[in-house]
Amino acid sequence: MPVPILAQAPYLIASVQSALTDADLIGLQNGLLDQAKRRRCRGVVVDVTALDVMDSFSTRTLQSLAAMLRLRGVETVIAGIQPNVAMAMVQLGLSMPDVRTALDLDEGLAYLQARPHGSAGRGQ
Amino acid sequence: MVSVTTTAKTKGSVSRNGDSTAVSPGTLKDELVAYLRQDREKLRGEWVQAMTASDHLWLDSLTSAEQQLEPVKIYDACLDCLESGNYRGAKEFAERMARRAAVGVMSSERFLGGMLKLRDVYGHSLFRRFLKEPDRLNDALGVFEPVVNQILVIVAMAFITERERVMHQQQEAIRELSTPVLQVRDGLLILPIIGLIDSDRARQLTEQLLDAIREFRARVVVMDITGVAAVDSKVANHLIQTVDAARLLGTTVILTGVSPATAQTIVTIGVDLSRIQTVGDLQGGIDLADRLLGYRVIAADPVAAPAPGA
Repeated sequence: MPVPILAQAPYLIASVQSALTDADLIGLQNGLLDQAKRRRCRGVVVDVTALDVMDSFSTRTLQSLAAMLRLRGVETVIAGIQPNVAMAMVQLGLSMPDVRTALDLDEGLAYLQARPHGSAGRGQ
Repeated sequence: MVSVTTTAKTKGSVSRNGDSTAVSPGTLKDELVAYLRQDREKLRGEWVQAMTASDHLWLDSLTSAEQQLEPVKIYDACLDCLESGNYRGAKEFAERMARRAAVGVMSSERFLGGMLKLRDVYGHSLFRRFLKEPDRLNDALGVFEPVVNQILVIVAMAFITERERVMHQQQEAIRELSTPVLQVRDGLLILPIIGLIDSDRARQLTEQLLDAIREFRARVVVMDITGVAAVDSKVANHLIQTVDAARLLGTTVILTGVSPATAQTIVTIGVDLSRIQTVGDLQGGIDLADRLLGYRVIAADPVAAPAPGA
């Protein structure tokens, strides 16, 4: 199932609803890059609250997505990683050191709003 | 008692080898059951008396109603086991007594002693019954002893299992108590770690922390390891994993309380903790956390407040 991308100017919200196939991930990446350009947005929140698995491919795709968006001055926040998903990711060595994370969508948007205007930072 | 039985058995089995008219165990068993059941009042009296005479008076710890009831129940349960070959009754009373022993109401030593006395009483009565017929006595003991042994094993195992269960429960409780996650301000949690960190505890600690982060919506966590005596590469790795997992939930972790000795070890063994933000002590950690969260602590009464560093 493709991931819906919601526009909440000047941000984009990608709300993941179900387990992601590799094709969905690539679709998400293309969709976000495309819309970020068209809507001239400053930040993206990818909400993964509904995900109960994060494998190496999805982690890497999200990491490179964040790096690609950063090149266009867009900051990416991954929001809503579940505690047990976080445990599993850390044990698999997928700790996404360069990506900004947030507790949930609310916190993610709050972080983006609190950030000074201008270029995107380097995560934490 | 035991040695007598063994001798009798050895002799009996020698004589039985030539004896083809041995009674089948089934009918003998029925006879035994009938005999022990018929004499139950008397034998139970003997049993209670034997326990009173020795130190194995586990009955002391029961209420007076139970003192009347329990010997009857146990006596009959043992007979049922002998009759049916089914040990559910023995299991049932063994577990009931083990639960009492576990809460300290009854000593397990006394109860086991009491059960051995019951075996003695049964044994003596069999001797009396088959005094004139050594062969049948041998057969009777052959039927009776395995059952009694099995019951005693069940009783002993019930006590051990119960004790292990209680120990396990207590360990659980200690483990949970040992890693409290405390909220100091909105958005700020403190995790004081005390004692040894093994992989089990590290996992449990991380789970507790992550749950607390979600529950309290924490943005900063101060993890204090003043109480951790030794940090080796394994422990350091656990700490890094905890920090990384918390970060995936969007929380910044500040590590405090790294003692000079610990700092030396960490650098000497070449563990890279540079990914973790560290501050000397808990106070400094909370100061930094306050700054990150946008808090500023101001003395309401500058005269009464202690001077910094005093």
